[in-house]
Amino acid sequence: MLEIAIGIILGCCALGAGAAMIAGIGPGIGEGNAVAKACEAIGRQPESKGDVTTTMLMGCAIAETTGLYALVIAILLIFVAPGLFVDILISTI
Amino acid sequence: MIASRKFKAIDALYILFMIIPILAVILLKIFTAPSSDGISITGAMIFFEINMPFQKLFITEAQLNSWAVMISVTFLCLYMTHGIRAGTVLKRHHFAEIIAEKLQSMVAANMGEYFSGFSPFIAAILLLSAFSSLLTLVGLYPPTSDLNVVAGWAILVFILITYYKFKCGPVVYVKSFANPPLMAPLNIISEVATPVSMAFRHYGNVLSGSVISVLVAFGLQSLSKMIFGFLPGFLGNFPFLQIGIPAVLSIYFDIFSGCLQAYIFAMLTMLYISGGFPAELYEKKIQGGN
Repeated sequence: MLEIAIGIILGCCALGAGAAMIAGIGPGIGEGNAVAKACEAIGRQPESKGDVTTTMLMGCAIAETTGLYALVIAILLIFVAPGLFVDILISTI
Repeated sequence: MIASRKFKAIDALYILFMIIPILAVILLKIFTAPSSDGISITGAMIFFEINMPFQKLFITEAQLNSWAVMISVTFLCLYMTHGIRAGTVLKRHHFAEIIAEKLQSMVAANMGEYFSGFSPFIAAILLLSAFSSLLTLVGLYPPTSDLNVVAGWAILVFILITYYKFKCGPVVYVKSFANPPLMAPLNIISEVATPVSMAFRHYGNVLSGSVISVLVAFGLQSLSKMIFGFLPGFLGNFPFLQIGIPAVLSIYFDIFSGCLQAYIFAMLTMLYISGGFPAELYEKKIQGGN
């Protein structure tokens, strides 16, 4: 019985980690848009390449934040949560 | 005018002190790392614990590595700048001057006149972060992939932001949140989210790079076992595909991403500190005082 419970915990943690990383779609689209617009801007004004590139990198880094929150949650679910939940389960039995 | 180009004993001493901390950490890692077969993803190793009033203080690999980086960077700066004076012709002095001027112009462009004294702090953050991430190149645990280290820097930045927001007194500080008044709860949340997102951004980028590198290396090992498994004896188990291919990923994740994150952390520090400071009100207050 305990094995099944621990198995369910491990499986659900892995599923949750996978589901959390769906958030990676958002930053992907957002950064793609940002880079596309930066390319357009450089094409229109090649002399402003340096400024556009630094601003684009900053914007990409900030747009990446939501994806990184998802990554942190996925990492917590894979490496930290199973041990925690199994401890809780064993202590309640 | 002409400075002596002789290689002095003090140069050798500084270079020695630059290399010794890194070597010491590598040796420590070799002697204390638990032997493991295969590839594993672990956090920072805990060397020993100190009993403190509320909680145990853990001295981890991340802390030791960041101390080593600090000592190393200090001696790098000493090596590059010692004996510097007007009209020198040594290459390293020119290099140091270029770095210092670039940083000062960057700080002046992003933070304005009032914060021109901030360039040493920004330079320290930039160098510490970049060299910490670059530690992966010698096979060490990068301190920036430990959340505690980066969260410490982010909290330091948060204290600075709050200090400069408080320059015009607590009333202005409280009023800055209620603008417009209905948005006050959201403004408070975004204020608290600033250090959290800064810490998570840096830590997440470095950690995700190392996790992906490990996964790719592990996959290549299995793949080469599958393809070259028919070879006899030692050759069958040798991971041929692991030669060279992970290095391509390392160029992006370790070198480019590490330096980019250091730049972004320093840039955000500058923008947040100068953005929160009520410059016009402070000027009025100074003039009113006189």
